[in-house]
This record gives sequence, structure tokens and C-alpha cells, in this order.
Amino acid sequence: MKIYRINMSNLSSTIEEVPDEWRLMGGRALTSAIVAKEVDPACNPLGSKNKLVFAPGLLTGTMAANSGRLSVGSKSPLTGGIKESNAGGTAAQRFAKLGVKALIIEGIPPGDKYYCVHVHKDGVNIKEETELLDKGNYEVIKTLTDRYGENTGVMTIGQAGEYKMSAANISVKDPKGHIRSAGRGGLGAVMGSKKIKFITLDDNDGAGIEIADKEAFKNAAKIFNKGLLSHPVSGDALPKYGTDVLVNILNEAGGLPTKNFRRGNFAGAEKISGETMYDTIMERKGDPTHGCHVGCVIRCSQTYNDKNNKYLTSGFEYETIWGFGAGCEVDDLDIIATADHECDDIGLDSIEMAVTMQTAMEAGVISFGDGPGILKLLGEVKEGTPLGRILGNGASFTGKAYGLTRVATVKNQAIPAYDPRSVKGVGVTYATTPMGADHTAGYAVTANILKVGGFVDPLQKEGQIELSRNLQVATTFIDSCGLCIFVAFAVLDSGDVAQAMVDMVNAQYGTKSSIGDWFELGRTTLQTEKEFNRAAGLTSKDDRLPEFFSEEVPPHNAIWDFTNQELDSVLPF
Amino acid sequence: MRATVKLFAQLRAGRFKVEEIQIPEQTRVKDVVEGLDIPPEEVAICLVNGHDTGSESVIQNGDTVALFPSIGG
Ligand code: SF4
Repeated sequence: MKIYRINMSNLSSTIEEVPDEWRLMGGRALTSAIVAKEVDPACNPLGSKNKLVFAPGLLTGTMAANSGRLSVGSKSPLTGGIKESNAGGTAAQRFAKLGVKALIIEGIPPGDKYYCVHVHKDGVNIKEETELLDKGNYEVIKTLTDRYGENTGVMTIGQAGEYKMSAANISVKDPKGHIRSAGRGGLGAVMGSKKIKFITLDDNDGAGIEIADKEAFKNAAKIFNKGLLSHPVSGDALPKYGTDVLVNILNEAGGLPTKNFRRGNFAGAEKISGETMYDTIMERKGDPTHGCHVGCVIRCSQTYNDKNNKYLTSGFEYETIWGFGAGCEVDDLDIIATADHECDDIGLDSIEMAVTMQTAMEAGVISFGDGPGILKLLGEVKEGTPLGRILGNGASFTGKAYGLTRVATVKNQAIPAYDPRSVKGVGVTYATTPMGADHTAGYAVTANILKVGGFVDPLQKEGQIELSRNLQVATTFIDSCGLCIFVAFAVLDSGDVAQAMVDMVNAQYGTKSSIGDWFELGRTTLQTEKEFNRAAGLTSKDDRLPEFFSEEVPPHNAIWDFTNQELDSVLPF
Repeated sequence: MRATVKLFAQLRAGRFKVEEIQIPEQTRVKDVVEGLDIPPEEVAICLVNGHDTGSESVIQNGDTVALFPSIGG
């Protein structure tokens, strides 16, 4: 496989051999290794010393189910630390089929011109782009699909990325031409700083994927695939209700953060629940079950139509619905879906923006419950007005602008949809992951609420530190394989599925490593990330939740009660 | 004694979302599940007043019992 490298300072590119040290890395392990090796941790994330790295996972492009995720890495303009954000869509498998292990983009072009990049079997072409500037992601994707055909992969930034906002994401076209996002950490701003509006990928006549032991791979892939489909969560619940099925259970368990984390339950929960969403989708002739990339067998995504049965949004996730919904006390699913659509189109992380809206409500810019007000403020972000530029830089920035202390962020990144006081395991993850508050980095909701991979009482401290640590290590490996995090339900509940995952990697790369050995890759990646963060100036003081979480949260009156020592023991390296 | 029962996701099919029920003292969560003709293996999570108490726990007057199949996201 090859590394494609682009230097935007002089619009040149090279094709390099993959160094030995990176051969057995992919996805997050690889983006973090490259960023740690090549990026000065002290650099300005929007300056010429930062780099933007795209990498498919170790298993991407193969027949392994759910292996088509793309990792994007960089120094984050939001957290000031290292970032890996991953997404489905049409890009990762094309990189893999082209034999491209990573695309590294460095430098910044002189002048004001914007560019687009085309990735193909012989390398890349860099061209000036004028037509699609200032355009939203939906229009960019539609235009490029018309221009280059259905089969082209697309990664793009909306207006938010062009404004270099810290909530800007990188959007990836999905198989239906809808949008998936490498959402968190402001990577769209890094792409904007490099003056790249979009990247297209053509995998025709690509080198393809080498598999050392095809027979062994096939056998393991079968077990893995079957394991995902026979697990009740990935086989039944996710395809039917999507991730929004979580609204009701978090609400019942008192862990659904409501009104900017004031309560753990929301009176309007049923109206924004997965059950209601399913009925609405069926009524309006949408599609409840859709995969974000070819080869996803779980298919948690969906197409949500408006009242006139016209497409409104897809990839409509629990965290977004929670954030604009319960978090803002809005119980209108159509308004939330419109906000999701707008975030996708403008190129904004919908979790960051939802918590930003809660913060704006806290500040009195609009009031809690004001759904139309949210849409108006998103319009300000799109226009790039002074208020829009404050909001587009995220919850911490907005909180600071209005002199607030009740701002739910860690390392400046917004805390998502599970109250850390009443789902304590995920709180430990928010505090300690090198990524800034991120539920997917160690999704302890599994054992705390969903009874997957055992049970650890969400309201007690006991067992949470270990749970978060083990999940963070395992997740880092899953992210490195290019596997969707939702394979974890089956992996955690079945030793055979976990073994099959590792057997696939061994069969592809001709290795004979154990599960423990591969999970060591997760551990060393976390270590690399933490070292980068330290050199960037982050300290253990950044591994803490905001002070206001020492307040009790109803209905269980739970508090955040971990000591600094306990938190420092989670990833003690 | 009275208790509120809430059902979610697939457990609602052919049943209800929320209902008040009359139960004798010493009724356990699993008795309620049985009374609703729900195969016990279909219930993955039972919360009583928001606490995961398990299916053996005894319901008190005024409790809310929430039953879920295996779900995740
Ligand atoms: S399960 Fe959902 S998020 Fe995961 S790959 Fe499939 S559609 Fe994408």
C-alpha cells in the first residue's frame, strides 16, 4: 500500500511507500501515529504546521461487515489536542481499494484561492475551485455526483469549514448521496485552513486489497457477520429504531440531560423517541433502515421525510435528537430533523451545535423550548454573522462570550447525551479520553444502562474506572480496524465474535497475534495521543468535568463524585 | 396496590405504551411480565422507578415499572 501526500504550500504531491512501523496500523492508530510523528504539538491548528490525515481502517475494503469507516486525524482547533474523528460514507473503501493507506495533507497555499483535490489510482490532481465556494454540502455533493457520476466518493466542507469554525465537520457522501460526518473536533476548519473545499475519490483500476490467507479471512468474516446479525441489539433494535431508541431508556433511567443538564428526564421524551420516529418514518414513506456504507449489515441509519413525504434528513442520531430536543426542551421531531439537516448542510458537528444552543439558551439569546429560534441561530452561523461566528466556534466559546459557568464541555468539546452523574461510566470517559468529551471513546452506556458486556450500576462509582479504561482500549482498536463502533455489542457479548474480528486482521496481514496483542495497539495509540496532548500543553487538570456537575441532578439526585486521583488512574500513562 | 407499567420498542406490539395495573402485595417484576404474556427472554432491562433492580424485585404501591427488550445505540 501507499501513502499519498499533498503539500498545499506549493500544490505538489508525492506517492510514498508505507514505512514498516505503520504497516500494521490503520484508522485511528494510523492517523494518531502520523499526527504525533509529523505535527508539532505546539502548532496553531489552523496554521501551516498542522496536517490533516485521512486513513481507512485495517479491515476497510474487505468483505468484513461494517468495516468501511474512515478516520480523520489532526490537531484539533476545538480541543487544542490530538483528534481522530470517524465517519461512514463512500470515502474509506475507495481509499482502501486504491491501495492508499493514508492521505496526508500539509501546508497552506499562499493567496485566497480555494482548491479541490481528486484522488485516483495514479495519485492526486489539485485544481482551483470557484463554482462551489460558499455552497452547502448537499449542493456540493449533488453537483459533484452530476459532474463525476454516482460512483465517486466525496468529502466536503460546508460554509462552517470555510469560516474555519471550531464546530466545522468534514462531510462524507453516503451511498444514497446523503451525508455522514467526521463530526467532532473542528476538522472541517483544518480542511478550510488548507483551502480545500472538497476531495473526490475514484477507485477505478485501484491496486485492490491484499489478503494473506483468503480462506481463513472468509471463515472469520462469516462468523463475524453472523455474530452481528444474531445479536439482538445489532440484529433487531438498531435496524428498526436506529440509535434514537435510546431516548426512552435514558429518560426512564434518569440519564437524559434536560435543559442544559438540569434534570435527567424530559417530559417530552416520548415525542422525540425512536418509537415515535419509527412510526413517523413509516407514515411518511421514509426508510427506517439504511446503511451508511456498503457492507454495513446493521444499518442503523434511516431516511426521515417531512410532512409532505419529502426527504428531510438521514443519519438522524440519538445524540443530535437529545441535544436539540431534551437538552433544549424542544419536543418537536420535525424541528430537530430540520436542525440536523442544516448542520449537515452547513457542515457543523450536530452534537457541538446542540450543546451550543443549550448554552445560548442559558445565556438568554433565545429561550429554552424555542425550536424556531434554534433554526434562526443556525441561519446566523450559515451567514457568518458576528453572532453566528461565536456560535459556530462551539459551546465553550459561546459560554465564554456570555460569561457563563454552566457550560457542558471537556477540553472545550461538548458533552453528549448521557448525564455523567447518572451514567457514571461514560462520565469517566468524557473526562479522560484524549479526544475531549466523546461518548464513543469508551461507551460505558453498554454496561451501565444496556446490560451489554455485563452490568455496572450507573449510579455507583464501583467498577466505572476499569469499565471506562477497558472500553477505551478496545474502542481504539475497533476504530483502527475501520469497524463501526456498533460491532461492539456483539464483540462484548461474545468471545467468538471478538476472536473472529482478530482472526480477520491476522488473516489479512499474515500475523498471528492474540486479542490481547491487538488490544495493545489500542493502548499504545492512547499513549501516543496522551503524549501529544501533554506536549500541546494539556494537563491532568483538563481531564476533569466542569464544576457544575457537583450539583445534584434529579430524579436520582446523583452527583459527580470521582476524585482527581481516581480520574488520573484511568489511563495512567 | 397500584403500579404503572411502561413498555418500550418491540414490547409495545399488540400491547400498550403505558398502563396502570392493580396488583396484589408481593408481586415481583417477573410476575408482571408473565401477566402481560411477554416471554421472559424478550425482556432485557427492567427499571423500577429508574433503578435496574432485576426481575425478582418486589413492586411497592405506586411504583413505575419500565420494561425494555435488548436495545442499544
Ligand atoms: S451501524 Fe449505523 S453507523 Fe454503523 S456502519 Fe451501519 S449505518 Fe453506519
